[in-house]
Amino acid sequence: MQPLTLTAMTTANPLGLGLAATWDGLRHDRHGLRPNDFEDATIKTWIGRIDGLETEPITGALAEFDCRNNRLALAGLRQDEFERAVDRARETYGPDRIGVLVGTTTSGILETEIAYRQRRPSDGALPETFRYRQTQNLFSVSAVVRRYLRLTGPATSISTACSSSAKVFASASRWIEAGLCDAVVAGGVDSLCFMTLYGFASLGLLSDGACRPCDTNRNGLSIGEASGFVLLERQRYGTGDLMLLGYGESSDAYHMSTPHPEGRGAVAAMERALDRAGIKPTDIDYVNLHGTGTQANDRAEDQAIRRTFGENTPCSSTKGGTGHTLGAAGITEAIIAGLCLRHGFMPGILHTKQVDPLFQSRILLKSEASPLRRVMSNSFGFGGNNCSLVFGKAP
Amino acid sequence: MQVCIQSVGLVGPGLDGWACARSIFAGQDLYRLKPTPQLIPDILASTERRRSSDVARLAIAAAQEALRSSGLAGDQVATVFTSSDGDGRITDQICAALARLEREISPTSFHNSVHNAPAGYWSIATGSQLASTNVCAYDLSFAAGLLEAAAQTIVEHQPVMLIASDLPFPVPLHAFRPVEHSFAAAILMTPSAAKTSLMRWDIGFEPSRPATSYPEELPRSLYSNPAARCLPLLATLARGKTETVSLDYLDDDRSLVISCEPVV
Repeated sequence: MQPLTLTAMTTANPLGLGLAATWDGLRHDRHGLRPNDFEDATIKTWIGRIDGLETEPITGALAEFDCRNNRLALAGLRQDEFERAVDRARETYGPDRIGVLVGTTTSGILETEIAYRQRRPSDGALPETFRYRQTQNLFSVSAVVRRYLRLTGPATSISTACSSSAKVFASASRWIEAGLCDAVVAGGVDSLCFMTLYGFASLGLLSDGACRPCDTNRNGLSIGEASGFVLLERQRYGTGDLMLLGYGESSDAYHMSTPHPEGRGAVAAMERALDRAGIKPTDIDYVNLHGTGTQANDRAEDQAIRRTFGENTPCSSTKGGTGHTLGAAGITEAIIAGLCLRHGFMPGILHTKQVDPLFQSRILLKSEASPLRRVMSNSFGFGGNNCSLVFGKAP
Repeated sequence: MQVCIQSVGLVGPGLDGWACARSIFAGQDLYRLKPTPQLIPDILASTERRRSSDVARLAIAAAQEALRSSGLAGDQVATVFTSSDGDGRITDQICAALARLEREISPTSFHNSVHNAPAGYWSIATGSQLASTNVCAYDLSFAAGLLEAAAQTIVEHQPVMLIASDLPFPVPLHAFRPVEHSFAAAILMTPSAAKTSLMRWDIGFEPSRPATSYPEELPRSLYSNPAARCLPLLATLARGKTETVSLDYLDDDRSLVISCEPVV
C-alpha cells in the first residue's frame, strides 16, 4: 500500500488527556486505573474512568448530541492542536475531500440505559426527552465529529467490537487509494456504560484489581474509556514524522467470544499487515499487544506472536495503564505506538509481576529506551474480528 | 469506482428471495404483503443456530442466497456488513435487565449485542478468515456500506459481499425508531466482469441530486427500514437496463450516484 502520513493526532485516555500527558504517563510507568466508581455500578473491578465528563455537557449548536460518549469525542478533538491541522487540511483539499471514520462499540447507549430506568410505570414508555439518533445510534459519534470539524466528505462509523478503531485505518487507506478522499479524520471513541461492565462480568472476564496482561495470575480485563483521532494524508502532501505503513484484517472463523486457541486469525492479520507494508517480521522492532489480561486472549496472542515473529521481538501491552478502552483501543494504542516511535521507547507492562511461564514471546515487564523504526499494534475483537497495523518513522 | 455485480440475496416482507423480488420488479408477478419469513439459515451449525440473534439469522439468510448464486466459496469472499440499529431486541433485553435491581445480563445476549455479531456467525459458518468490517450511518447505512464495499473491491482486488440488514425495535424503543418490517439484502461484487455478471455499477460520491424514488410495487412502510434503501438499485438490477440511480448519503449536500449498465 501507499504509506500515509499521520499529520496530526490526539488522545484522551485514562493515562492522560492529550499527547504530552499520555507520554508523561508512559515514560513514568503511571497508570490511570482505579477501583470501580462508575455511577452506581456495584461490580468489584477496576476501571479507567476519565474525570469530569459527568459535569461538562455539550452546549450550543451540537447540544442535541449531548451524551457521555460524544462529550468524550469533542474533548479529544479540542486537544493537541488537532482542529488547527484539520483547518489546514480543509483549506488545502476542501471539506468534501476529507472523510470521517470513527470506531465505537457502544456509542451513547448509556443514555438508553438511563432512559430504561425512567420508564413510565403505566405503559413502560421511555421519557420523551430520550434521543436515540443523536446518542445511542452508532453513527451519532461520526455525525458529531463531522459537524464539529465542518467536514462534508464520506463518513461512517465502524463497529467490529474491540478492533473497531484499528479498522478505521484500513478503511481510511482504501478511501484515499480509491480516490474518494484526500485526507481522513480516523478515530475511535468508547465510554463507560453499564452494558459493558455487567456484560463482561457475565462472561467472567473482569479483573478483580488492575488488569495484569500476560501475568501467570491474570484474571481479566479492566474496562477503560477513551477517544482518539489521527489525520491521515498521502505521504507526499502530509508533513509529519509518523506513517501508517500497513494494515491487516482477518476473521478467526472460530467462536463468538473466545479467540482461536493458537491465534490463527491473529497470525493472518499480522502477516497481511507485514505484506501490505512490504516488510519482513524482523523489520518490526516492537509489538504493542492487544493484551487484555484475560487468560484466553493473552495465551492465544502469545502463540500467534511466536508463530509470526519467533521469540526475539519485544512485545508489551499498555492496557495496564489505560485499561481496555474497547472500541477506542485501536486508536489509543496506534497513538501510543506513534509515541513509542517518536521517543524511541518500549513501555513495560504495568501491574504484571511474573510472565506466564508458558509464554514464548519476548514480553517486556520493564520499559526500555531503544531507537525504533517500525512497530506493530494489534487489536482483536468479539466475533473473531482482528486487525493489525504497522507504523513507521518518516524517512 | 467500477464494480461488477455477481449475485443478490434478499429477505423481506412478502419477499422470499431475489428471484421473487426480481419478478415483481420486472412486472411478471404482483406483490403481496406478508410477514418477513423467519428463516434459520442451514449454513449455520446447530450451536450457532441456537445462539444466533434475529438480525444475524436475517443477514445470513440473505448472504447465503447471494453466495449460492455466485458460484464462489464463502472463504473467497470478504464481507462488509451494514446496519443502522443492529438487533433491537437484544438492546431492549439488555437495557431492561440493567434497569432491574439485580442487573443480570445473559452472556449470549452480551456477545450478540456487538454490531459485528452477524459477521462473526457468518465467518464461523463459512470458515472464511478473510477481512470483514461493519459500518453504520443511521438511515444512510446502505449507502455507507456500498461505498466501503466498492472501495474494498477495487483496492484489494477481491470479491466482496455487502450485507445490509435492519429490523424493527420492540416497544418502548420503537416509538423513537419506528421501523416497520425486517429486511436484509446481500450484494456480491467483483472487480472485473465474469460471464455471469448481472451488471456493472460505477459508483461516485458526488454533489447532491434528488434521490431516485422507491419502487412503487412495494409498500411505503417498507422504506422505514434503512436496509430497504437499496431497493431502487435492486429494481434497476432486475430491469437490467442502463440507468442512473441516486441515493442520499449524508445529510448535507452529497449523494451516491450509481451508473448502472448491462455487462456486454
